[in-house]
Amino acid sequence: MAPKLADYKTDVHNDWCPGCGDFGIVNALQMALAEMGIERDKATIFSGIGCSGKTSHFINTYGVHTLHGRVLTFAQGGKLANPDMTVVAVGGDGDGLGIGAGHFVAAGRRNIDMTYIIFDNGVYGLTKGQASPTLKLGEQTKSLPSPNTNSNVNPIGLAVASGFTFVARGYSYDVRHLKDLIVKAVKHKGLSFLDVLQPCPTYNDVNTRDWYTGVDLAQESMERHSRIYKLEDSNFDPTVNYAGEVEVNEKLSQALIKSLEWGDKIPTGVFYQNELVSPFSTRLIDKIPNYLENPPAKQIISDNGFPNTDISKILDSLDV
Amino acid sequence: MSTDFTWLIGGPQGSGVESGANIFSKVCAQMGYQIFGKREFYSNIKGEHSYFTVRVSDENIHSNVNAVNLMVSFDAETIFRHFDEIVSNGGIIYDSELENMDTDRVRTLDAPFKERLHKFLESKNKPFTIAGVLETAKENGVKLYPVSFKSLLTELSEELDNPRMRGLVRMYNVLGVSLSLGLINMPSTSLVDSIDDIFSKKPKIAEMNKKAAIFSYNYSLNNFENFDHTLIGIPKQPDTILVQGHFGTSLGKMVSGCRFQSYYPITPASDESVYLESNEILEIENNRPGSTIVIQTEDEISAIGMMIGAALTGTRSSTSTSGPGFALMTEALGWAGINEVPVVITLYQRSGPSTGLPTRHGQDDLLFTVFAGCGDFPKIVYASGDIEESFYDTGNCFNYSDKYQIPVIHMMDKFLSSSVVTCKKFNPKKISIDRGKLLDKVEGEYKRFAFTDDGISPRSKLGMDNGVFWNTGDESDEYGHITEDPQIRIKMMDKRMSRLDLVLESIPTIQQAVSFEVHDYTIISWGSTKGPILDAQAMLKKEGIDIGFVQIKLLHPFPTEYVASLLKDAKVLIDIEANYSGQFGKIFKQNITREIDYHILKYTGRGMTSTEIYDSLKKIVENKAEKREILSHGA
Repeated sequence: MAPKLADYKTDVHNDWCPGCGDFGIVNALQMALAEMGIERDKATIFSGIGCSGKTSHFINTYGVHTLHGRVLTFAQGGKLANPDMTVVAVGGDGDGLGIGAGHFVAAGRRNIDMTYIIFDNGVYGLTKGQASPTLKLGEQTKSLPSPNTNSNVNPIGLAVASGFTFVARGYSYDVRHLKDLIVKAVKHKGLSFLDVLQPCPTYNDVNTRDWYTGVDLAQESMERHSRIYKLEDSNFDPTVNYAGEVEVNEKLSQALIKSLEWGDKIPTGVFYQNELVSPFSTRLIDKIPNYLENPPAKQIISDNGFPNTDISKILDSLDV
Repeated sequence: MSTDFTWLIGGPQGSGVESGANIFSKVCAQMGYQIFGKREFYSNIKGEHSYFTVRVSDENIHSNVNAVNLMVSFDAETIFRHFDEIVSNGGIIYDSELENMDTDRVRTLDAPFKERLHKFLESKNKPFTIAGVLETAKENGVKLYPVSFKSLLTELSEELDNPRMRGLVRMYNVLGVSLSLGLINMPSTSLVDSIDDIFSKKPKIAEMNKKAAIFSYNYSLNNFENFDHTLIGIPKQPDTILVQGHFGTSLGKMVSGCRFQSYYPITPASDESVYLESNEILEIENNRPGSTIVIQTEDEISAIGMMIGAALTGTRSSTSTSGPGFALMTEALGWAGINEVPVVITLYQRSGPSTGLPTRHGQDDLLFTVFAGCGDFPKIVYASGDIEESFYDTGNCFNYSDKYQIPVIHMMDKFLSSSVVTCKKFNPKKISIDRGKLLDKVEGEYKRFAFTDDGISPRSKLGMDNGVFWNTGDESDEYGHITEDPQIRIKMMDKRMSRLDLVLESIPTIQQAVSFEVHDYTIISWGSTKGPILDAQAMLKKEGIDIGFVQIKLLHPFPTEYVASLLKDAKVLIDIEANYSGQFGKIFKQNITREIDYHILKYTGRGMTSTEIYDSLKKIVENKAEKREILSHGA
């Protein structure tokens, strides 16, 4: 029987703050898993450290709560060894774009078939609200002694430049849209990245839910005022439709330019998708033809407690 | 008369010193001799001085000695740096074009070395030239064999009517090897075979090299005056192989079923990973081919993260690194510890601290490794003493990690990695595979960290039917969910740490420590010092001096009772290791309340020779030694 939404929930007490944007993401992720009908024991959620790191404990699939900044390393190792399982890595923006930025860039180069979701709220919540890599220069959230002295990382731009082949942004209070994006990301053949705008009601008093929905703008105009809009509602085609430098460059630069849009209008949806880039498994198959049929996790390495690997040819070549 | 002959070849890095040495070693091994070869090189790609010593014997040997019997050089630096190592009746084959070369023209000679050399030559009233140093060698009874390498190539090109050969200085190494083999009367057949072997992928180059080899071999026979050493071959010992340093752990990993290795390039560890990738498709008995996935990561943190991720899927997984890389891995090592993940980290030590002497030998990482990681968690630290041993130890390390669900650090070092030795052919049938409580299937409710009588829980793997579990670097409950409950904390901590006792109880004592006799004077040591110690022990025995030796392989948890029992009849303890502070000695004293009488230590970055150890042991026995004997042989 196909699993139901409830099957993906654990009874672990959720200690996120009331109103936390993380709830929307964990709900969307559970809904996406249910919609795709992925068996509980065929998916692993890897998570980093921080509030978002607890996500794996709330989802009733395999869950690996790793180290600060290192989630992509564990997740890639798991996926490479057992390519049959669905792998989703999650973590905060400090985790993925600060301490883990090197792994983020390197992962893009590999294009392993898995999904990475960043919970993007501009602050380090669990350590009481320090500025994180996505907080803009000069902004001063609640617990900062003075305005932020660093410029921000552009997660979408960095993902596109690093070689992620699916790059999208969601908003944690639009759970259905986010669920759809997660489904697309997981189904994408290659490494997919999802930047999820996720207000921290406790420490980020700048990019609040009211700010995203444009309450401040409403005072000036009676028209639709939410800052968040969906790319699919505009005339934006993110997909690389055919192999060719012109097409690829056009879609890449269009995504980069779109990623710079911020302020009164903030795009969500898919910025870039290119399934013409070979996933890492294909690159491995070029060297190891039966990699997917006989991946590391499925290999039989012994026979009655003794090795079955035959290295006699190598040993004979060493004979004197 | 028994054969014990040491040959040295040197030249600038990138000039073929290593392939020259490989040809020489192969020839001698094919002619039945035992080989112990060792490479020394700078952290440099091209130009700095590198050299290779190959010791050849008709007996089993495990180390280098100080004495060099024959040196061949095609550059000036090798002569300047090594002329004083050649013993009386030994020989130097050198390029006669270099005779007038003075020290100032060899730009790679560093100032402190030059100062020492000048002082020496001044005292002998000799010019600072190649001719000058060679005269001092000659006065010491060394025979000189000058030959113009340039003329050799010219004559060869004329004989073969191939003008291109005239400029092929890349073949100087083969010329040097062949001149040496001619001088010692080694039959030429295996020279040709070895060149074929070594250049098997480049038949054209092999052809040219063979012609050059035979030409210079004959030149040597016809032109060089008699030399005291002849090596004409002896009957081959059956089942002998010639191996490089990393072959033990890399072939051990293949056989043990390691199917995932992640690494970041670092000397002297990465040769192993590159070799695994070069042999990534594996033949499996009665089954389809297997494979090792080898991933070069962006850093060592990623290497250990990926390895752990792979290990969670039930795959035997490993990484290979050296000290600086291992330093980056320690946070994740603790994660593997608290999550009871079986992994094997092969640690090829080099000389620290920091970048230290990056291409030189050291055993400086023992204390760091035993104490690596924040917090209390169980791990095994295990050290191999030689290449042959490291093959079987690799198998054991994987079994320990699976049985005790614990990270294992398998300690190797640069002395081992840059050795080329003959040894008994590895026997894969002597390796067993024990995966401990790894499950094939799960029925009913599953708890990854369930409390059990022996402290070890049945292990599911990512992606297995009904085996869902959670991991966290936080303290966790039996399911793997975060907890901060003080009572569960005690139980979980006790559960994990209890396996250190289990390790000591259940690992066979022969795998914990090995006694090579115990006498009044007994050596305690670990790792690659084993070879030179065994040879020094044998040298002293021939003089009627008995010295004991206990090699400790399991360094953490420390086999206190077993080692103490082995040493109960020893009166004087001598600690030998390649670091400054006697790190093993500290661990020994921490566990066994017994003083160590002498330390023989070396931290120049060069491996110990058996001669040096012999000299220090003799001083100890004659009561003339310092409490800390510091060794310094080697350029």
